[in-house]
Amino acid sequence: MSTDDRSLGVVLLVHTALERAGQVAHHWARNGCPVVIHVDRRVPRESCQAFMRAFADYPAVRFSRRLRCEWGRWSIVRATQIASELMLASFPDVRHVFLASGSCLPLRPIDDLRTYLGERPETNFIESASTEDVPWTVGGLDKERFTLRFPFSWKRQRRLFDGYVKLQRRIGYCRTIPEGILPHMGSQWWCLTRQTLSAILESPRRKEYDRYFRRVWIPDESYFQTLARIHSRNIESRSLTLTKFDYQGKPHVFYDDHLQLLRRSDCFVARKIWPKADRLYQTFLRKSSGSRRTGEPDTNKIDRIFSDAVARRTRGRPGLYMHSRFPNEGWENGLTCAPYSVFEGFGDLFQNFEAWLSRITGIRVHGHLFAPDEAEFEGGQSVYCGGLSSHPATRDRNPGQFLASLIWNMRGERQAFQYGPDDTPEIGWFMAKDPNAQISVISGAWAVSLFHSNLDFSTIRKIAALRQKAEAAHLEILRSPHTKARVRIWTMAEFMETPMDNLQMLIDEMLPRSSLRFSEAPRLASLSGFGKFLQNLKNHGMHPYLVGNFPPDNAFPGHPWPAGRPYLVK
Amino acid sequence: MGFARELKTAYLLRWKRRRLLFRALRKRHELRAVRNRTSCIGKRDILLFSTVRNEAVRLPHFLTYYRRLGVDHFLFVDNGSDDGTHEYLAGQEDVSLWTSEHSYRQSRFGMDWLTWLQIRFGHGHWCVTVDADEILIYPFHDSRPLSELTAWLDMQRQQSFGAIMIDMYPKGRLSENAYTPGDDPFEGLCWYDAGNYVWTYQQKIRNPSAQGGARARAFFAHIPRRAPTMSKKPLVKWNRRYAYLNSTHSVLPRRLNDVHDQSGRLTSGILLHSKFLPSVIERSRVEKERKEHFAVSSIYDDYYDAVIADPVLWTEDSVRYSGWRQFEDLGLMSRGGWA
Repeated sequence: MSTDDRSLGVVLLVHTALERAGQVAHHWARNGCPVVIHVDRRVPRESCQAFMRAFADYPAVRFSRRLRCEWGRWSIVRATQIASELMLASFPDVRHVFLASGSCLPLRPIDDLRTYLGERPETNFIESASTEDVPWTVGGLDKERFTLRFPFSWKRQRRLFDGYVKLQRRIGYCRTIPEGILPHMGSQWWCLTRQTLSAILESPRRKEYDRYFRRVWIPDESYFQTLARIHSRNIESRSLTLTKFDYQGKPHVFYDDHLQLLRRSDCFVARKIWPKADRLYQTFLRKSSGSRRTGEPDTNKIDRIFSDAVARRTRGRPGLYMHSRFPNEGWENGLTCAPYSVFEGFGDLFQNFEAWLSRITGIRVHGHLFAPDEAEFEGGQSVYCGGLSSHPATRDRNPGQFLASLIWNMRGERQAFQYGPDDTPEIGWFMAKDPNAQISVISGAWAVSLFHSNLDFSTIRKIAALRQKAEAAHLEILRSPHTKARVRIWTMAEFMETPMDNLQMLIDEMLPRSSLRFSEAPRLASLSGFGKFLQNLKNHGMHPYLVGNFPPDNAFPGHPWPAGRPYLVK
Repeated sequence: MGFARELKTAYLLRWKRRRLLFRALRKRHELRAVRNRTSCIGKRDILLFSTVRNEAVRLPHFLTYYRRLGVDHFLFVDNGSDDGTHEYLAGQEDVSLWTSEHSYRQSRFGMDWLTWLQIRFGHGHWCVTVDADEILIYPFHDSRPLSELTAWLDMQRQQSFGAIMIDMYPKGRLSENAYTPGDDPFEGLCWYDAGNYVWTYQQKIRNPSAQGGARARAFFAHIPRRAPTMSKKPLVKWNRRYAYLNSTHSVLPRRLNDVHDQSGRLTSGILLHSKFLPSVIERSRVEKERKEHFAVSSIYDDYYDAVIADPVLWTEDSVRYSGWRQFEDLGLMSRGGWA
């Protein structure tokens, strides 16, 4: 096809950024498209005349009667009608009319578009969806656009606008929609065939329709969209103009950094383009390089980027606290960003539990993260990933955020740590409410380390009482109905009945997809004389009930481990 | 009760703000105009306000950077510089300069002077208020000028923009990092702490406030509450009735502190902090004597001593700066709905 082919006409609505609009109009005209330009009446006369003079050499560029256009109101449709009539009357060769604005930018050679339309001579490209079925609009006014009256400007008379809508709703006002009309909505930017467009403009009922749409809200998104349905069966309900909207329904602006994205999209036209996007204008308004592609637009990637933006704006990244997102308590959408494991009592019962766990599972194993004198990071580091300080004062400033930061900083790697009755108690509730926490408790195991300690019995008794109290309070939290963590609690006696099975179960739960069978068990602390030790505590009035029913003679029935020696599974 | 208390807080804050404005009005006599080029400020210009003292080293890069970002006019208050800052600024075409010999501390760390200038010149403009060692980074700052960010914020009906300040430091000792004025300071100061920020919500003024970063880790681990606040609101669509409350950490009226969302994320930014250029050592010596920087200066003597000792702030877990997308990945700032 050559530039003599005048089958594609462009109606251009220009409001602002005249210079850019002029460049785009030149581009259309240079590539053989008849162009009818409507310049908003609000543009000062001098700038408009200068703008028009620039097209003196282009016989195929016409200017239509200027109206004062206001967003969301009838004047835009009226301007489109006038310009379209001029187009159809002045350029009899035109078969498709393309509606564009001054901030639309053709991305592919105009010849591509002409070829594309030439192969589909009867097709109308206009996004047109029934309001019955599609909840597209943001802000609530969808069906009501057609059944209420909107005499006030949304931009200038917002209060009157809102008030009048409310009033009509209250008295139950409902406009009658003209017979035979089924309201449809869609993108303002269409490409119609001469046949359809002239049918709309020359319809015998046009006066009636115009009168009705004059009071519809945002008629530019519904007038042609609705009437095209009446006059044509051949409708492709999509716009050839790429437009993206943010979560409030306002159009996104394309910048220079979108260049590659736009180029790969294979869309014909995109809007809105930032007027100062020099690179975009330079790249896409270059004289068409003969490379003709016939491909359909592919907007997948662009769609994803912009729907990501909406998601980012409306939903948070779980477990992240930052400047632009600070949820109220209880609304966090995840307290932490990844699962982690908390072991309570295991370090007392097994001598080398941490080393064993990290060797068996390969995950990051910390010591007592909330120990009173230091956060025991893996490897005894004093500063951990992300710059977390092990100083207890820093940690206890806000234990929950400390833990959330730690999990966030190491995202992608599973972490585990120990917790016990001596540790910062405030973190208890945080972990309990966190669905990412896997908490396993052997209650009363703290008695084992006391049993091995070299302290006076009176001191031991005192410490045991404190620990038991702290642990009881902690267990109460874990058993509360508000707990969302995965919690497993054994008394020490219960745990000792089938220790290997219990450990295996925990590992399976931690690493669900690996069918890891461990061949080496952690080394159990020596328990000979432990029963007597407990009895002794009882005799001093301190019943260590959290340990469970530990036999006093130490002949533990299910006890499979000869103390001090590693246990091997055959 | 909740409602009544809210009402009372709102009322008290209103008076607080009026007091601040009145204070600025009184302190205007402490300012002397050196170069007043404010007549060339256009209606939609973006303005930058800053109080400086002996910043000749940083200013060349500072001005270049913010000019490229699209700041149209700079309004500086020079608080008794003796290193050529004064002459340098007076010679710049797009800078208006005032000078004051009065106490920095008693003018709320320069805020009273700036508030006065903002009353006079900031009304209706988007205003950047930063120190000379703060470089504003926002999503797409390398391809979209500040005016596009403010256009986006306008469209979102967001009147202020939040940024967290990040202490940048070199790999070795502070003194080993050579710096030539005019260069990008973050070629040498390219390391930072990525994940040790603690957020507190100041209910009364609706302000999310952060502490953390290298200084908190290295100097304030034992007294985290004393660590410097890192959250700021450096960009505000100004009105002559507004006033910064506590440096630029918070603003009144308090709705301007609402730069965060409950569920999703708004657009936010970063202030790269070039405090730890080699000059900080000498400066700390001076400031320790001058006692002009903190409300209760004596608490910070240890901090000054630690900086004077020329420490290594770098650790194995420091992150090397590689652009704004990295900050976004790390969750330190967000594009929000801006794509």
